Amino acid sequence: MPTEPMTPLLDRKLVIVTGKGGTGKTTVASALALLAAGQGKKVLICEFDAKGELAGYYESPPTSFKEKEVQPGLFAMTMDTEASLREYLKLQLHVPIVGRIGPVAKAFDFLATAAPGVREILSLGKICWEVRDGDWDMVVVDAQASGHIVGLLAAPQAVNGLVKVGLIRTQTGWMLDMLSDASVTGLVAVCTPEEMPVSETIELADRVRTETTVQLAAVVVNRVLPELFGRNEEDVFEALASPEPLSELDRLVDGDAAPVLEAARLAVTMRRTRSTHLERLRKGIDPEVPLLYLPYLFARSHGLRTTKQVAGSLGEELGF
Amino acid sequence: MAGRTGRAVAPAQGDSQAPTLNSLLATKEIVVACGPGGVGKTTTAAASALMAAVNHGSKVLVLTVDPAKRLANALGLDGIGNTEHRVPDSAFTSAGVKPRGQLWAAMLDTKESWDSLIRQHAPDEQTREEILANPLYQNIAGRFVQSHDYIAMERLYEIHSTGEYDLIVVDTPPTRNALDFLDAPERLADFFSSRLLRWLIVPYRSKLINVATKPFYQISDRILGTEFMGDISEFFILFQTMYDGFVERSKAVGRLLSDRRTTFIVVSTLEATPLREAEFFAEQLTERKLHLGAIVLNKVLPDYLQGRAGAKVAETLKDRAEDLAAELAPRLGATDGQLGDPTQIARVLTEVADSFLNFQIVALREMEERASLAVAPDVLATVPFFDTDIHDLAGLLRLGETIWD
Repeated sequence: MPTEPMTPLLDRKLVIVTGKGGTGKTTVASALALLAAGQGKKVLICEFDAKGELAGYYESPPTSFKEKEVQPGLFAMTMDTEASLREYLKLQLHVPIVGRIGPVAKAFDFLATAAPGVREILSLGKICWEVRDGDWDMVVVDAQASGHIVGLLAAPQAVNGLVKVGLIRTQTGWMLDMLSDASVTGLVAVCTPEEMPVSETIELADRVRTETTVQLAAVVVNRVLPELFGRNEEDVFEALASPEPLSELDRLVDGDAAPVLEAARLAVTMRRTRSTHLERLRKGIDPEVPLLYLPYLFARSHGLRTTKQVAGSLGEELGF
Repeated sequence: MAGRTGRAVAPAQGDSQAPTLNSLLATKEIVVACGPGGVGKTTTAAASALMAAVNHGSKVLVLTVDPAKRLANALGLDGIGNTEHRVPDSAFTSAGVKPRGQLWAAMLDTKESWDSLIRQHAPDEQTREEILANPLYQNIAGRFVQSHDYIAMERLYEIHSTGEYDLIVVDTPPTRNALDFLDAPERLADFFSSRLLRWLIVPYRSKLINVATKPFYQISDRILGTEFMGDISEFFILFQTMYDGFVERSKAVGRLLSDRRTTFIVVSTLEATPLREAEFFAEQLTERKLHLGAIVLNKVLPDYLQGRAGAKVAETLKDRAEDLAAELAPRLGATDGQLGDPTQIARVLTEVADSFLNFQIVALREMEERASLAVAPDVLATVPFFDTDIHDLAGLLRLGETIWD
């Protein structure tokens, strides 16, 4: 590893966000884009999965392949391989087949299914093209889950190994340059402090290092529970929960305090289990890679308000 | 078998006849656990298989995709991989149970499964070796046409046809779209029957160029290069030899999934996003006339968080923290002088109350989500939140007991 300091996350032009399903990948991607836009950058966020969920995070109308402004300075789009193929053919091959592009695109789409890596190159290519030629300060990708991301990021090399000539070879060349440049491109892995997400993140970090040329720029740890008790306070809590003080407490509040104390015990145990996983994460990830912590949001309802809240927490973690 | 109840019959018989996971697993041969990522699918599949092995005296196989390391260890899967492996008696003994049946486990290895599929379907030794050695094959065995999804279903079919097991519980791979694995067999068959595939496998040099296909070749050549196009077409010519085998097989897999001996368990948590995905999935199952046997709701917060009485107590603890602390201080101080600091007690009371109110919001939302669930499976089971990770048979049993009856 080079010893020069890592490029700060928001200084990179291309940030690709991945994470195990259910850890809040889209939440983090949408918040990151909002944070960057809030700092005056012109930002494009691309939903790679085409699940159509991104719009909900900004409470905007549904997104499509053609980008739309969803917040001041923030534009959103949804990846569509067929549309990006059309765009690619139009840009690369100029005229003669434009009129017939329908059936040819269909056939080529089929070929993209059959030939390894071609589909990935087309969609990733569209992103790289936006970074290089688009009018953006930053492009954020809400990418595939961690199980599929290595295949995507390694596609340019894989195709390079298989294809010796042709336009796609030229394309993978400059894409590889962009993806390998850690001052331009960075990967963000989102996880929660739980067993499987932590294991998967550590494994992902390894695979990204050995199988791709992209740099892991940060790990975002989502849903971190607050520490309930400080020093000594847990002993006070245990004393309160013992039979005699508890019945006194019941009498004083004129109700049953046991469930309330039980809930606190649950919160403490949850946090404790999670901190062992956090410890494992810290040990398993290269110490150069910053870990950013986001608090568990109890009032979690999806929407712009939540996205703003997460963006605020991310900003704090990044030192703004 | 008296217990073979369809969804139409069972509920009408009254509560005692209401289906449970117990009755469901006693009457099915294949259980497919599916649902969004990160909800505990693997654990639920393993717990269900274990319960069936312990209680039904059957020979049960759990086919997992990507278990947590410690769970894999518990199932004796470490380093075993694709081959089925019997969970040793010692694992049961340390969990304090004596199973009536047997529990077997296997992990899905995509590459290895593809290789064995090729070995089976290749018409002759030479074709087989050529395919296995083809660089394109090596590159795509991992991701070709949703190959994960296809291979999971294919393995299931293969194991089921051996007749070795009374029950097979299969965990499904994490997919971009939870439906991918249902569509995979058909999609693969479609792919092989496609007219477009025939364009590709016209021997590349001597291809019959006509007006319709000319632009396709021109573009493909320019973009991918003649050489790569040649590689692709060579690969598919080889692959084509297995066409009949594959199509037939994928149809058989499709039939098996819709067979009445097969049921689906949709696993989710009560968080909004995964639950919507699970609901959508359950609807799709019904639409495709597949049997939605159960919905298992995982990691549900305890009931005591929901009560209004609890909230009232918590509010009081917050509002009167200092008074209460002053009253309680002597009692705590009596046992240990260090614990009698009223300021500290007040802080603990406030923290405890805040934490309860925070978790209550989540618990109430979960209750609301559960009440508005838009699908009605035969069995709706709830797994309480476990405060520690599940990584041994004892833990799996603990989970299994909560959903069994």
